[in-house]
Amino acid sequence: MMASSYNAKEEDGHHSGSAGLGGAAIRSRKPDNTAFKQQRLPAWQPILTAGTVLPAFFVIGLIFIPIGIGLFVTSNNIKEFEIDYTGTDMSSPCFNCSQSFSWNSSTPCKCVLPFSLEQPFESNVFMYYGLSNFYQNHRRYVKSRDDSQLNGDERSLKEPSKECEPYRSSENKPIAPCGAIANSMFNDTLDLFYIDPNGTKTQIPLIKKGIAWWTDKHVKFRNPGNNPNLTTVFIDTAKPVNWRKPVYELDTDSENNGFINEDFIVWMRTAALPTFRKLYRIIQKKNNMTPTLPRGNYTLEVTYNYPVRSFEGRKRMILSTISWMGGKNPFLGIAYITVGSICFFLGVVLLFIHHKYGNRNNSSDIPN
Amino acid sequence: MHIYKPEQEPAVRSLGPENLLLKGATLKNTKKIYGVSVYTGMETKMALNYQGKSQKRSAVEKSINAFLCVYLCILISKAVVCTTLKYVWQSKEGQDEPWYNQKTQKEKDTFMYLKMFTDFLSFMVLFNFIIPVSMYVTVEMQKFFGSFFIKWDNDFFDPEIKEGALVNTSDLNEELGQVEYVFTDKTGTLTQNNMEFIECCIDGFQYRQRDVRSELDGFTVTDGPVHKLQPKAGVEKEELFLRALCLCHTVQVKEAGSEETLGDRLDGMLPKPEEERGFIASSPDEVALVKGAMKYGFTFLGLENKKMKIRNRQNDIEEYSLLHVLNFDPVRRRMSVIVQTRSGETLLFCKGADSSIFPRVRPEEVDRIRLHVERNATEGYRTLCVAYKQLTAEEYMVAETGLQDARLALQDREEKLMAMYNQLETGMSLIGATAVEDRLQEEAAETMEALQGAGMKIWVLTGDKMETAKSTCYACRLFQRGTELLELTVRTLEDGRSKREERLLELLRDYHKRAVQDAPPVRTGVVTRSWCGSQEYGFIIDGATLTLVMNPPRDADASLYRSLFLQICQNCTTVLCCRMAPLQKAQIVKMVKNSKGSPITLSIGDGANDVSMILEAHVGIGIKGKEGRQAVRNSDYAIPKLKHLKKLLLAHGHLYYVRIAHLVQYFFYKNLCFILPQFLYQFFCGYSQQPLYDAAYLTMYNICFTSLPILAYSLLEQHICIEILLDNATLYREIAKNAMLRWRPFLYWTLLGIFQGLMFFFGVRFLFSNPALQDNGQVFGNWSYGTIVFTVLVFTVTLKLALDTRHWTWLNHSAIWGSLAFYVFFSFFWGGIIWPFLKQQRLYFVFANMLSSVSAWLVIIILILLSLLPEILLMVLRKPRGPLSRQKKPGQSNVGGIPSSQSSARPLLMRTFSDESNTVILTDGCCHTSLLQASEGALLTGAVGWDHQSSLTSADLHPLRFNKTQQRFQLESHDSKSHKTAPSRHFLL
Repeated sequence: MMASSYNAKEEDGHHSGSAGLGGAAIRSRKPDNTAFKQQRLPAWQPILTAGTVLPAFFVIGLIFIPIGIGLFVTSNNIKEFEIDYTGTDMSSPCFNCSQSFSWNSSTPCKCVLPFSLEQPFESNVFMYYGLSNFYQNHRRYVKSRDDSQLNGDERSLKEPSKECEPYRSSENKPIAPCGAIANSMFNDTLDLFYIDPNGTKTQIPLIKKGIAWWTDKHVKFRNPGNNPNLTTVFIDTAKPVNWRKPVYELDTDSENNGFINEDFIVWMRTAALPTFRKLYRIIQKKNNMTPTLPRGNYTLEVTYNYPVRSFEGRKRMILSTISWMGGKNPFLGIAYITVGSICFFLGVVLLFIHHKYGNRNNSSDIPN
Repeated sequence: MHIYKPEQEPAVRSLGPENLLLKGATLKNTKKIYGVSVYTGMETKMALNYQGKSQKRSAVEKSINAFLCVYLCILISKAVVCTTLKYVWQSKEGQDEPWYNQKTQKEKDTFMYLKMFTDFLSFMVLFNFIIPVSMYVTVEMQKFFGSFFIKWDNDFFDPEIKEGALVNTSDLNEELGQVEYVFTDKTGTLTQNNMEFIECCIDGFQYRQRDVRSELDGFTVTDGPVHKLQPKAGVEKEELFLRALCLCHTVQVKEAGSEETLGDRLDGMLPKPEEERGFIASSPDEVALVKGAMKYGFTFLGLENKKMKIRNRQNDIEEYSLLHVLNFDPVRRRMSVIVQTRSGETLLFCKGADSSIFPRVRPEEVDRIRLHVERNATEGYRTLCVAYKQLTAEEYMVAETGLQDARLALQDREEKLMAMYNQLETGMSLIGATAVEDRLQEEAAETMEALQGAGMKIWVLTGDKMETAKSTCYACRLFQRGTELLELTVRTLEDGRSKREERLLELLRDYHKRAVQDAPPVRTGVVTRSWCGSQEYGFIIDGATLTLVMNPPRDADASLYRSLFLQICQNCTTVLCCRMAPLQKAQIVKMVKNSKGSPITLSIGDGANDVSMILEAHVGIGIKGKEGRQAVRNSDYAIPKLKHLKKLLLAHGHLYYVRIAHLVQYFFYKNLCFILPQFLYQFFCGYSQQPLYDAAYLTMYNICFTSLPILAYSLLEQHICIEILLDNATLYREIAKNAMLRWRPFLYWTLLGIFQGLMFFFGVRFLFSNPALQDNGQVFGNWSYGTIVFTVLVFTVTLKLALDTRHWTWLNHSAIWGSLAFYVFFSFFWGGIIWPFLKQQRLYFVFANMLSSVSAWLVIIILILLSLLPEILLMVLRKPRGPLSRQKKPGQSNVGGIPSSQSSARPLLMRTFSDESNTVILTDGCCHTSLLQASEGALLTGAVGWDHQSSLTSADLHPLRFNKTQQRFQLESHDSKSHKTAPSRHFLL
């Protein structure tokens, strides 16, 4: 790819020994005759010229365009369905829930959203919830956590980090888990029902394992103490102020309760942008015969606990299949195709220029 | 002064400046003297000429400061923009404090404006990495370690003094690549201050001493080889001339026994053979003349009891009683002696500059000699004319009394003496002329030529007489045959009838018109070369006139004079300032330094009188000469020989400049594209000062991940290898006037940084429009975002440097690839452990998870490539200068160091011949075969050059040159033995 001239200059290192012996008397003053000190280290001197870069451009173009096409096709094959259930519209089933929201209401507000899938979802389906205009990356928010508390440190459990303010303690008890992130954990419950063409409603099983990073679940987050009875562990702590139930009641499964609740862990990984999605549940493919989600009508039942109206946020539910490159995102494919084409185009232009310019250059060399 | 002795009448003696012993004087004839010290302490010449040392700062540092201001402005404006937008954004309902992100009580209570201020400050903190603080550390390290390469350079090692170069400051390495004006001392710097008798001309016939070796071997008086031209002057004339040489001087003979105590120890030369006489004189050319006479068979044996003894060719001792010495002075520019022969004849011998002798001798004699004298002068020899006059007894008596009276006069003593001298030195008859060569330093002419080729203007500042200095300039080829000399000296000022000041202005105006206004208009660009134009000018000024120019009687004229003077000087290739006081040298340097465009100046000198000049210039270079260590101690760099200046500037200076300029630009660039994504991220995180990168990355970026490659680059880079830099002096002009640190390249680098920063951020931003990037559907958070951006950043920035590196040594390889490997390793390590001392485990397994995502890999690859694409494209489209300049052109390497002259055929030709003639002179016939071969090589080139030239226009050639060329051409076809025959060779030279 590069024209290179390997320019090993006289290896002075070899001579230095004999020179040193010969001129022992003047050795003290005379600089060492080493290649390094004389700035004569053997060096590779690559030169980028049109001739050498040209093939590189073609090669890049030829590699990138297929990759891009592959990415684009892959991305297009990913099925994605998105439904906004914020309930800002009067027509929305969740309108009432969003309007009548209060932190203190004891009865949860429920709303049901019907939708239909035009195409079947063949492979495993991943269910996300999405929030918009929710600044999980706000500095005050991002730092408002205590990782040592979440890692099961008992001292931090009793005395959470100052970073958790103002969600550090309530009613003179330390909050566990402390901080704004934990406090604002997403607590809508989403249930999915398939409506048979004959009208029967079957709940689709949602798997809540494997939604969090393995290392987070097994290393970074840990319940304090060795006591399997979490109630006694968290006895002297208060629940986060906006939670409806304490941390040890997040799940009945002891492997998914307390700090190692996967929903909690997913939430604790703060999103990069104010519009984000988080993995909520996984719908596993049952067998090869039937698609995971056949085309047809579905209803989404939402237990509406999470207020977003106050900051003009939006809530979405997303169903998506996943490929080797992740979720649906045409960007990479387009980028690769574009860059590949640019490189190819540049290669052609350069070839043209090089051809013309190179000839002229040669002819002008002759009189010299 | 009256002298009282017990038994004698009080005698009256005159006491004048000649009785003053200056620093460095040696006692002769006596073991001790009594004296009074008149100037001590701060009144000594040295102290008066001393200038305080001031901090020297390089132009690069000034550029850095300017760039820094720009970046500071960027930083502040970024912070202001963010703060403003933050409050605009917060004013919207529900944004500032949504329910999920309440403020603490303290935050709520804070006063609004105070909050704004702290927000502003925290933005400053967030973006402060844009100011490359680590650059200062790296620059210092680069300078410190870089200066070792000068110290280590074997080419600077001088076997004679067993020392290499010395670096006193490491701050100015890059300044060596920016020199525009070179101020050089003459004696000891350009010349060795070691005179050699070259030839003489007796009564119009030329005598030339050819065999150089005889001098080295020590010579006996009688059988010293003397080569003469066939047509020669009568023996009588010849002997008269040689006697004149032997008598007309103030040389003292030093006996062989005592000689080791003095000079030779200083000179560090081998003790001379016994039979050789040591001569001491106030002026080295007198010694050369006496030695020259010795070669022709007349030996001066010494002065005893006012009797001068000479051993003539017949080995007889002749005695002359010395009656009077009419001392040399710069106004008369000649000296005379009055001696009496044994037979009672009184003779006056006079020697002096041609201009002062010719009017005092018979014109018909002048014509025979003038040609020789003029030719010798342009060859760069110091010429003296010798005349004599026979005095009758009466004449002598008149002279005797006149001189005595004048010497004792208390008022106007000098005027009276002068008048007496002038009266005596008239009506003489010219017997001949001598040519003495002030031996140039090794390769002085080549060095000067290379420096001129590199676009530097050379100013010779010397305390010497104008003639001496001028001849040196000719010898160094600073002045050439075609150079038009503009003289502004006391002599030219007094030529006119008008007053000095008026004449000065007149001359200045005239020269200005010639040199500046009528000059070809091509001299706008940096790359113009004055001798490419039609006429080159040399300018000569002396100390007295300079004082007039600098401090004219009327203050109002000062600026006018100065600007005229400067403009003239700037359009001359060479400026010669003679008769300079040390402080005046500094004054000149200062004037040029502060002139428009503040050019970088370099002073080079070897003696204590150059110290102030060395201190004043941007770069001061001392030569480890024979004149003590003063200059060396006060210099920034010290080199053993003048010839080393070429490599110091053309190779070391050039490389250092390129290295540091690239280093500076690169640092600004890499910090800009480092911090720009962080700035952009503020638009997506509610202007909340949320850092994009983890704190570890923020601190490690400049310290560990990207520092070593640039340091290795800035120490080892040779974008053009040293040999080519030395061969092509013109390459130096490409970096002239701080070319790599001006606003254009800075803008380029800044735009590149902005472009790449935008790429990094928005590339990842679009990727994160769906943060489910893993094949298990899991999502990435903000730290993954930052890590991807940072990975792209580190790789791009490092690979950008790799693209710029032209000289890949194993150190570069290990620094560049090692840094990248270290980054990967560190990221794994940093994210692999729950660090107990960290409050937040932000990066726990973020990096590993990122690498498990194919999308992340793909986006990293494409973003790196896309960011480097414009750079690669530019590199290709830019004129392919690299490979061309890399190839050695066969013609150039033969000519040796002056390829730039290829631009115009004629100067090349001239130069080639001059080169050659030098080579041949140095050659000693059969003994130095290697040298002979070299000169033959040169001859060949010359012949080819001539051929080429003649095909153009042979009429264009100077007749003399043409003649020489033909001769040369013939000679070249002969076998090498013809070199040894002196006559033919002599004729060529």
